[in-house]
Amino acid sequence: MSDVTAHPSAGWARWQRSWWYHAVLYARTWRGSVISTAVFPLLFLAAMGVGVGHLVSQHAGRVQGLSYLDFIAPGLLATTAMQIGEGESTWSVLGAVKWQRTYHAAISTPLEPEDVLLGKLSWVGTRALATGVIYTVIIGLFGALHSWWALSLPLVATLIALAFAAPLVAWTCTLENEGALITFYRFAIVPMFLFSATFYPVSAYPGYLRPLVQLAPLYHGVALARAGADGHGSLGALSAHVAVLGVMAVAGLLWGRHTLRRRLVN
Amino acid sequence: MSVEDLVVEARGLVKRFGAFEAVHGIDVEVRRGESFGFLGPNGAGKTSTMRMISAVSTPSQGTLRILGLDPATHGPTIRARLGVVPQEDTLELELSVRVNLEIYGRYFDLPWSEVKERTRELLEFVQLSERANSKVDDLSGGMKRRLTIARALINRPELLILDEPTTGLDPQARHLLWDRLYRLKREGVTLIITTHYMDEAEQLCDRLVVMDQGSIVAQGAPSELIEQHSTREVVELRFAQDEHEPLRASLEGFASRVEVLPDRILLYVNDGDEVVGQLGRAGVNPASTLVRRSSLEDVFLRLTGRTLVE
Repeated sequence: MSDVTAHPSAGWARWQRSWWYHAVLYARTWRGSVISTAVFPLLFLAAMGVGVGHLVSQHAGRVQGLSYLDFIAPGLLATTAMQIGEGESTWSVLGAVKWQRTYHAAISTPLEPEDVLLGKLSWVGTRALATGVIYTVIIGLFGALHSWWALSLPLVATLIALAFAAPLVAWTCTLENEGALITFYRFAIVPMFLFSATFYPVSAYPGYLRPLVQLAPLYHGVALARAGADGHGSLGALSAHVAVLGVMAVAGLLWGRHTLRRRLVN
Repeated sequence: MSVEDLVVEARGLVKRFGAFEAVHGIDVEVRRGESFGFLGPNGAGKTSTMRMISAVSTPSQGTLRILGLDPATHGPTIRARLGVVPQEDTLELELSVRVNLEIYGRYFDLPWSEVKERTRELLEFVQLSERANSKVDDLSGGMKRRLTIARALINRPELLILDEPTTGLDPQARHLLWDRLYRLKREGVTLIITTHYMDEAEQLCDRLVVMDQGSIVAQGAPSELIEQHSTREVVELRFAQDEHEPLRASLEGFASRVEVLPDRILLYVNDGDEVVGQLGRAGVNPASTLVRRSSLEDVFLRLTGRTLVE
């Protein structure tokens, strides 16, 4: 062995190590996630966009001035981003702090709990960004992009994924078992997927229900993605959507610092 | 002794979890190059102490220096020089043996070439070279334990902390691990070990402390502890009758201490053979007699009791 000694690196280098760990883990176990993040949305795009879209164009013509395919394609990008954020931040985090305790192993090294958290979230962001690029290309191939603003779609996907991942990592760190995760998926993620104006406009709801829909974080993600693909939208509304998602991501990060440290150190 | 020779120096160390106090103000000094044991029943506070000494958990009170540094301000610097083998293996089951070591090596910011080289050498050291590409999930318990030890050595630590390193292993795997720990000690690595196995403590530890309910109840070299807290020999008597308690009075004159157990009676004495002769002459006729040397286990049970602690 040569005589290189281990030394603690600066904070920046430390959380990169954790990013790398999450990337390696994904590279070795990616097959399971391909169905939910790639195949499903594409099937949806084909079945709903082309199939239901045909029906829509025969009866109603257009939805909010868009063809049905144009309307739902960005919505599916947003829901996929949500699914990446949710999928990376629940079961795998509970496993890492409770069952396999691999995060405990990580903090026996120079890494601090904050490094593990940043490594995790930066990995989620990376995955959402890459998926966003692939989706944008595919949506383009389906002919559903109409503006150079579409180039922002991968960033929109990243923002959506982080808005879900950051608070969910924080919350998962407080859980003792998986029961709450199952409930959360059934009663929050699935309804959000169905009712966040992904498949039809919010105007389909009676007026008193609309504010409720607008409370759903995914609603803001869908609206942002749709504006990106289409190139239309008011600055005020778009800023509000970005702000909602951004606040969720930042608040989640701050909360997660607290809960992950508490979970790992005590 | 100079300060640099103390790898761990703890004064009045306390750990509280809410209202519960797991460690009640213990003093510990571990010297460079020695092999130091923490013994105690479940719930004695060993693991809480280990986690503080690993610079992971912060003491609630007291002072702690590890490698001469304060863990509250130098956590990453200290941990860069420690190796930790936790009670549970905490390996990444989905990844291969090799990748588990590589990830850990990268946590220490070692260059790639160095990580590759050390991974190869450590797998050889723990006899896992042939399993380098196996998924960890497919390894036996003993192999996982060896891999966890290899992982703890990737940064070439000055201090190796092992929390129950051989619990659940078969005798072959235990002896292989002991052998590896001896070698590390010969190379100058300081070892801190917790264990439930008294034979392991006698084999491995130069000095040890016995903890019970968060406090240190005895400390010293294994031989010193036996000398202080037990007699040189123990006579184990078994009788045909089931009821042993009535025999106690007739035996008390022969030993410095008599312990009545459901299946046998223990006499703590200095010369076992002589006492057996005396018993024969006095007309005490046990069904079987065994004379043995006092062990650390006798000391441990004397200090922490035979009652099961859950």
